[in-house]
Amino acid sequence: MAPEAISDLEFRHLTKRYGEVEAVSGIDLSVPKGAFLAILGPSGCGKTTCLRMIGGFEQPTEGEVRIAGQVVNGIPAYQRPVNMVFQHYALFPHMNVAENVGYGLRQMRPRLPSTEIDRRVGEALEMVRLGSFAKRRTHEMSGGQQQRVALARAIVNRPKILLLDEPLAALDKKLRGDMQLELLQLQRELGITFVLVTHDQEEALSMADLVCVMSAGRISQLGTPQEVYDHPTDLFVADFVGKTNRIPVTVDGGVLRLADGRALPGASALHGSAIAALRPEAIRIARAGDGLPGTVTHRIFLGSFAEYAVAVPGIGDILVTTDRRGATEADLIAPGEAVCLTYDPAAVLVFPQ
Amino acid sequence: MRVFLSAVYLFLYAPIALVVVFSFNAGRSATQMTGFSLQWYGKALSNVFLTDALKTSLIVAFTSAALAAVFGTMAAMGMERLGPRLRAVFDGMLAAAIVVPGVVIGIATLVALAGLFGVINPVLAELSSTAPQFQMGYLSLIAAHGLFSMALVAMIVKARIASLSRDIVEASYDLYAPPFATFFQIVLPQLRPSILAGFLMSFTFSFDDFIIAFFVAGAKTTLPMYVFASIRRGVTPEINAIATMVLVASLILIALAWLLMRERKPHAA
Repeated sequence: MAPEAISDLEFRHLTKRYGEVEAVSGIDLSVPKGAFLAILGPSGCGKTTCLRMIGGFEQPTEGEVRIAGQVVNGIPAYQRPVNMVFQHYALFPHMNVAENVGYGLRQMRPRLPSTEIDRRVGEALEMVRLGSFAKRRTHEMSGGQQQRVALARAIVNRPKILLLDEPLAALDKKLRGDMQLELLQLQRELGITFVLVTHDQEEALSMADLVCVMSAGRISQLGTPQEVYDHPTDLFVADFVGKTNRIPVTVDGGVLRLADGRALPGASALHGSAIAALRPEAIRIARAGDGLPGTVTHRIFLGSFAEYAVAVPGIGDILVTTDRRGATEADLIAPGEAVCLTYDPAAVLVFPQ
Repeated sequence: MRVFLSAVYLFLYAPIALVVVFSFNAGRSATQMTGFSLQWYGKALSNVFLTDALKTSLIVAFTSAALAAVFGTMAAMGMERLGPRLRAVFDGMLAAAIVVPGVVIGIATLVALAGLFGVINPVLAELSSTAPQFQMGYLSLIAAHGLFSMALVAMIVKARIASLSRDIVEASYDLYAPPFATFFQIVLPQLRPSILAGFLMSFTFSFDDFIIAFFVAGAKTTLPMYVFASIRRGVTPEINAIATMVLVASLILIALAWLLMRERKPHAA
């Protein structure tokens, strides 16, 4: 594969300090053209600051932001070929839908002919399925519709990069699912690089080609959703992306030992105190058999799957998720029942403490 | 309790109602109703001194309110950029400017302008013997009223700016509009109702003011000054007619301002 000539977005040792506080600490990142990048992290990890530095609302303290190969440090937001979908949409309240969407095109110099503006606004509204809403006032619309107006207002300008700041946070769960699909389709259709900032791991995993997990101003891991989920590079990523059971162990000659000296199936090249991480869905639960014995303390019924909390002597509470496919009602285990937990030793990831 | 409340309102509004009622009196008396007539309105409006005073008042009110609207808005926008400490100081000074008694503003403006003219006029005379000399009149009236009104407009506009979301300004920058274009296309339309409300309140204030005007009017006479002067010759139904007209005009303007200020609430969050 030929290397990408120019990536649409690149950070070079990007740093942002507010007085004493370092929000972003020397980040390096390169996003291939047309990729869908999700920056994922807890609040305060610096992800929004990164987005605002791409948009031009903040300027880096050190390092560079490059858009399509050009260093954009010091260039104000209104001269950057990127557009943003704001968290609370930020629609202009005194303009109707079409006026909102056409705002960016009307700022272009030399001026675009009004017939072209009208045509492009119409196309953008069609793309977000709001073709018949052109004359509506924005405050008469639902949250989902306002979201689409904000989206149309950004894509109509054909930006190099589309920035999305927690765009789905204000929508209800059902709508959020629909919008995720729509965003994904739109991105494939337009071929524009999307950069999404979110604290919702499900959102990041389901939409992005590339997930950048951030913590305390640094990148913890950059990879495809599968890589990040299946091969987290550290305990933070394992914990933040998906659920994880953390089991304190001592590694002794490649063998994992629990505090009471029992051996835990699994292996590691580390030495000394460590944390073994195990995904809840990697564990099988049964009423009898070989494995870790325990007692079910809680059961959370989630429709298509069930979640159990199992008290395992010597370890503590272990979370187990079971798929209900092919399961009968009799297979549901009630709190109080004694169970046995088994898993594939290869599923255990061991991280230094 | 209700009787007490009714009494308060009666004492508050009965005199005003009387003024309005007697403005329609057919006779000369301001205390004895002898029939209904509009003749005093006609008399008032054909009185040259009165229409002159009215003209002065309108010019001063309009000009000072317009200046106050422009500079008050600029002040409010500028204060938005201040740090929290300095801003508290300026906020306090704005509020203080509004509660300073008219007498004080009148004297202060008079002394300040007299001092200023005392410096400028000799220089002007030196430059040319035909150069006009500054004196109290329109200029001093507009300056004094404009200064006070500016604080009023700044207070009203500031409240609106505070409720304006920073997001839509950033959205405008993001959509290629530089700061100047953003101000005219996004910020100003959002502030327009409050600026207009500030203008109307300023206009009403200037139009009704007697105390400040009394100090700085020089040879000019505003409407309230005319009314005050003519009362010395006794209260006539003509005065009542003038008062009624001023009252109605003021009420309309204030009501308009109030409507403008409470408009634009529909903000879907």
